[in-house]
Amino acid sequence: MDIWSIVIETSIKIFVVVNVLLLTVSYSVYFERKISAWAQNRIGPNRVGWLGLLQPFADVFKLLLKEDIVPDKSNKAIHALAPFLALFVAFSTYAVIPIGPEMTLFGYTFSLVVADVGIGILYVLAMTSLGVYAITFAGWSSGSKYSLLGGIRSAAQMISYEVSMGFSIAGVIMFSESLNMNVIVQSQAGWMWNAILQPIGFITFVVAAFAETNRMPFDLPEAEPELVGGYHTEYSSMKFAGFFLAEYANMAIASALIVTLYLGGWQNPLVDIFGITGITATLMQIGAFLVKVLALLFFFIWVRWSLPRFRYDQLMDLGWKVMFPLSLINIVWVAALIMIFNL
Amino acid sequence: MPQKKRSKDLNFLEKIYLPEIFNGLMLTLKNMFRPNVTMQYPEQKFIPPASYRGRPVLVKENDDTERCVACGLCSRVCPALAIEVQPDETALEKERFPKLFEINMLRCIFCGFCEEVCPEEAIVMSKDYELVYTNREDAIYGKDKLLVPVEELSDRLEFLRNFK
Repeated sequence: MDIWSIVIETSIKIFVVVNVLLLTVSYSVYFERKISAWAQNRIGPNRVGWLGLLQPFADVFKLLLKEDIVPDKSNKAIHALAPFLALFVAFSTYAVIPIGPEMTLFGYTFSLVVADVGIGILYVLAMTSLGVYAITFAGWSSGSKYSLLGGIRSAAQMISYEVSMGFSIAGVIMFSESLNMNVIVQSQAGWMWNAILQPIGFITFVVAAFAETNRMPFDLPEAEPELVGGYHTEYSSMKFAGFFLAEYANMAIASALIVTLYLGGWQNPLVDIFGITGITATLMQIGAFLVKVLALLFFFIWVRWSLPRFRYDQLMDLGWKVMFPLSLINIVWVAALIMIFNL
Repeated sequence: MPQKKRSKDLNFLEKIYLPEIFNGLMLTLKNMFRPNVTMQYPEQKFIPPASYRGRPVLVKENDDTERCVACGLCSRVCPALAIEVQPDETALEKERFPKLFEINMLRCIFCGFCEEVCPEEAIVMSKDYELVYTNREDAIYGKDKLLVPVEELSDRLEFLRNFK
């Protein structure tokens, strides 16, 4: 394959992935509002377009037209950089997540992942760690005490939970014997999902993912009652929208990661049961991936509107005294499984 | 010395949070399938029960005359001094009628004292809660806006006869 076909193929993939991700993000904002409304016996947005389906576009349009206020005491360059860093991190993580197996269309075979790199998981971990910088920069450069507190909280929280996240992933890697995302998915063929084989690791990873994305039980960096708005108190207009989009993009990525690592990725048990092959099987597998991700997104939103926020010391207690030992136990458990059943 | 067990000490199941988290999630899930309480206001209007105290109105009889005899009790009892009545003579059997009857809706506090004190059941609280005006002059409701046919107020009149 010459260099130009690779460039064109990758560009098309990037275009498709970014657009699908943006749509998912805008509609997860819509469904966040809808599901919160349903949980509280309300109707939710229903005025803009049919069933309020154009609401996300109206929101973005409103934010675009707003005045961009930058505080006098802020560090202007970093203040402007932070939201773009958040967005960059959120979107670039998606490059290594496989949406489906290899696909042949019009006699041309290509893999359904933007960059099929050997160090997939390491790349994801590195990128999500960078996300801390965006929030810390935002908090520090705003020149406001509430923002600073939010930024510091988020840094402490993300570092605490990254440890248990990394150790949970170690269990997955021990099974797949590879860091490549596609190999990890293939290692979970049939019903050999990691969520079933290592439930403790699954739970610690999901909890850590909630903490990494600053979602509800762990959304201390933006705790409204204490910190006004946390790290994005001093942001307005499209910069605020950047953080908003990044938060939901992170949510979509966390869901996609959980699906890839623990819920069998694009594996669709129906394909094996009925022995479907060819393009139909591929489409069914892509569908399975999307359904799993959407179900997890619903779970994220559902949890947000059910659970109260942790106190700061409880959050640290949970991270270091509970999650960390549990993820270590998970590694022992996985090692035992491998030893006994020779998986 | 062994530590005393306190009520806030959690047992093992409570300490691992998960069962309680599951319970909480189920509660919100159950609520998602309950009927909504939201009313789509401008399209779908709230029709209050007879006990509702909306804006005070004057009862207009079927022969287009007001019931009011301009005794001025409502004006006297009004705690917000919102009502002004000026009586005049009439050839009808009731001998008196209000030449001028004005309620300042910016002052009215919807307490219903005027209705309670009225000896003729001439001023009653209606079900009308949509009070909109763009300047202070419009907020002073004269007889033209206050007089409402007796049929439209039958609910409230019946309620008053039963419970007043």
